Amino acid sequence: MTQAQTSENGKMPAPRKGGHLFQAWLVLLLAVIFGACLSAVHVSLSGRISDNKLNESLEKIPELIWGGMKQGAPPDQASIDIAPGRIAVTSGQRTTYYPVFRVNAEGALAGWVLKAAGQGYAGKVELLLGLNPAGDKITGLFVLGQSETPGLGNKISSPEWLAQFAGQRTAAPLKVVKGGEPAPGVIDAITGATISSRSVTGIVNRAIGETRGLLTPEQMKLTERSQ
Amino acid sequence: MMANLPTPMERFVQGILPENPVYRQFLGLCPTLAVTNGLKQAMTMALAVGVVLLCANTIVSLIRNLLKPHLRIVVFTLTIATFVTVVDRVLAAYMYQMSKTLGPYIPLIIVNCIIICRCEVCASRQSVGTAAADAIGQSIGFGLALASIATVREILGTGTLAGFQVMPDSWPAWVVMVLPPGAFMTFGLLVALVNWIDSIRRKSERRG
Repeated sequence: MTQAQTSENGKMPAPRKGGHLFQAWLVLLLAVIFGACLSAVHVSLSGRISDNKLNESLEKIPELIWGGMKQGAPPDQASIDIAPGRIAVTSGQRTTYYPVFRVNAEGALAGWVLKAAGQGYAGKVELLLGLNPAGDKITGLFVLGQSETPGLGNKISSPEWLAQFAGQRTAAPLKVVKGGEPAPGVIDAITGATISSRSVTGIVNRAIGETRGLLTPEQMKLTERSQ
Repeated sequence: MMANLPTPMERFVQGILPENPVYRQFLGLCPTLAVTNGLKQAMTMALAVGVVLLCANTIVSLIRNLLKPHLRIVVFTLTIATFVTVVDRVLAAYMYQMSKTLGPYIPLIIVNCIIICRCEVCASRQSVGTAAADAIGQSIGFGLALASIATVREILGTGTLAGFQVMPDSWPAWVVMVLPPGAFMTFGLLVALVNWIDSIRRKSERRG
């Protein structure tokens, strides 16, 4: 009715012919064609993109296990064996999976690297957390992805701030303090970015708490390597 | 009516300076301000916008006689979104670090007004050749604008240009230049400079 009235009033340039679907044939046809193109792009590139993500983690791993610790120089690259996999964490009814890398050097277990994510101040924060073989000490922390405030919150990616985590014991959850002295079990918050600092520490505490006792070669399910 | 529309050459030249998308039309300012803290990311952004603009203008021009007036914006957006997604995936596959640096600003090209404006003003009315020339001209204009802002911000903010050291080591990097306020200050001053040069040029033309 409204449409008929408006066209009588001369506001519409021409009366619309056909139903809504018929009018939109071009949109529908383009949507189908573009959708097909996008699927083709996705199929051809998604393998490469996920490889890029995996490689980024793999490159960081030696540093996370040997970087922050005074354990001497890491063994040469050839003897390091990194096996990606996942660990199932069951809490109540829900089972979640932590992507985890088992790091062997010279045939012996050298440590674990967990991938953990959580909500930061502005968006999702993704971390790589390095742990010693027994899982009772943090050996390194790296921020894989974040979208915190530039100049303030994004300092969570700075090696200087992350260095505080290396060497911390995992027996008790880490605490965040403002302007505190470096001490065991204490993380000094970034000035102007207390929420971001707390988020990172919270993600670390949660990942450690949830995987406690599960970081064993038996619990870990290895991922089939595509290559 | 067709006779009044600009020729491909006019479209091409207009995009570069007389109708520069950033300095003259003030369009696409979100990426202009957000990714110009370094020359490399600014140029990647300009290239991405250029590719999307060229593809979108070409497709819209090809189907311009089939467009219904009330559904044209839907068609523009659909076309632009498709090409932006392709560019985003290609960047993630072949330039992974750059894709992470640019973050959400690549998907945000979908709402970049330069592209939808060129589809509306040029591609939906003129032939494929003109639309392509228009896209290339506007892209060069956008690229030059981004390059000018990024050069100032990167040199003053980090003492480097495209990652190479250009200032002496004693240069105290002005961190504010790579932060959002630096983007607004640089952009404002450069707009003033462009307008000042333009007014001088006009005065001398009037005298001569």
